[in-house]
Amino acid sequence: MKKMQPDELLVVPKDSLLETARNLKNGPLSFDNLHCITAIDRIDKIELVYILYSLLKHRALTMKVYLSPDDLNIASLASIWRSADWLERETYDMFGVNFSGHPDMRRILNPYDWKGYPLRKDYTHPEFILKPRL
Amino acid sequence: MNMSETKDIRTEEFLINMGPQHPSTHGVLFLEVKLDGEIVVDCTTHIGYLHRSMEKIAENRTYTQFIPFTDRLDYVASMNNNLGYVMAVEKLMNLEVPERAKYIRVIVAELNRIASHLIAIGTFAQDLGAFATPLFYCFREREKIIEIFDRICGNRLTYNYMRIGGVQFDLPKGIDETIKQFIAYMRPKLDDYDWLLTSNAIFLARSKGIGVLSKSLAIDYSVSGPNLRGSGVKWDIRKDEPYLVYDKFKFDVPVGENGDAWDRYMVRVEEMRQSLKIVEQALGALPEGDPTVKASRIHKPAPGEAYMRTENPRGELGFYVVSDGSSYPYRLKIRGPSFSNLAVLPELVRGLKVADVICVLGSLDVLMGEIDR
Repeated sequence: MKKMQPDELLVVPKDSLLETARNLKNGPLSFDNLHCITAIDRIDKIELVYILYSLLKHRALTMKVYLSPDDLNIASLASIWRSADWLERETYDMFGVNFSGHPDMRRILNPYDWKGYPLRKDYTHPEFILKPRL
Repeated sequence: MNMSETKDIRTEEFLINMGPQHPSTHGVLFLEVKLDGEIVVDCTTHIGYLHRSMEKIAENRTYTQFIPFTDRLDYVASMNNNLGYVMAVEKLMNLEVPERAKYIRVIVAELNRIASHLIAIGTFAQDLGAFATPLFYCFREREKIIEIFDRICGNRLTYNYMRIGGVQFDLPKGIDETIKQFIAYMRPKLDDYDWLLTSNAIFLARSKGIGVLSKSLAIDYSVSGPNLRGSGVKWDIRKDEPYLVYDKFKFDVPVGENGDAWDRYMVRVEEMRQSLKIVEQALGALPEGDPTVKASRIHKPAPGEAYMRTENPRGELGFYVVSDGSSYPYRLKIRGPSFSNLAVLPELVRGLKVADVICVLGSLDVLMGEIDR
């Protein structure tokens, strides 16, 4: 059975993300496809999730970086995989994670002048009403 | 003035706004195109006009309550969206699905793939100037699929048919005859399309060699689905990583050669033939049993996370579900295939004529509902 759904997890320290990413792409497993970038707001930290695929070797990998909510700066991977361009913009738009070295760090889904980061757990907006829980 | 005198004259670059309300942008897409005469110098994509914040909504709905929202992601292929979502939650919960439900899921997903590809090639032909005729032919065929879905689940566009752990209803009596009749009806129609479009001189002139997407660029941009296969990459999750019961069926993965607009169109037509094959085999092997769900509608998966991707008509649709043990998802990420497929557009249109932007966009077959979410 080929191992394709990304069930293997790799936690990378923040400072060595760029180097690790380069090694993953150029290394023996050749992860040539950065499939998805997202984030999870755990309140005490923000988890960045990168899902990688290797079309050549039929492998999948989930890579995680933990960020402290006080310092949401992280190196951009847009220079390694071009799919990172829009995916990082979306993560910035929704979570406020700042990707340094990104060619075009603007909001993407929300209007350009939008205030706040909607997918953070502490996000409030006058039109956003929390439903009572079942 | 002869040609040698005019060749040094440069036209001034100017911007045109294509969209967000434009008949050939397949939704509310805004392209800011920089032109030098009729040649595209650069293209900037602005999206988000259909942003409904589905991921935030998901955090405030129970797992079952969110299923109808997935219908509104890719509203041309709702069954496939339902399927991707419920499979992600099932993976999170380690839930086993009845065998009959798996077969029914394959049948409806493949029928919906045909319906979706029919819209794709119909609107693509319309974009290239084949006014109305191919589009109406495609809608005529799609109507038959919609009627089948109407009998199965009572809805025509947003089906809300899949359930976590099964499907909503069993197949109605006699529907297998109707589906078999549809397969027999559809096969010659696909040959008609070949006769009408595939080898049509005008169609070829407009789409051959236009918007060439190379293999490496497609992988680098994480392009998926027929667009990736059109570039010659033999990659289909149904084949490479079979989910449900796809490993029990015989079908081919069509690939293109050059990665141009015509190849992407051709891959879609071929995929419809393969889908018909899969539906036929699944109907023949449909096991007995009860595919519906008897368990509680409120699910409380154990804390954890799961990522599941499925082969949607437009590419790889992924759902990343994170649970904190309550009946609501803690976080739900939707990885829509069109999002990455659209990101590659500026690379493809540079240097082409303005009219070819429409051709390339039509051949990528993006759908704003799942890009903006």
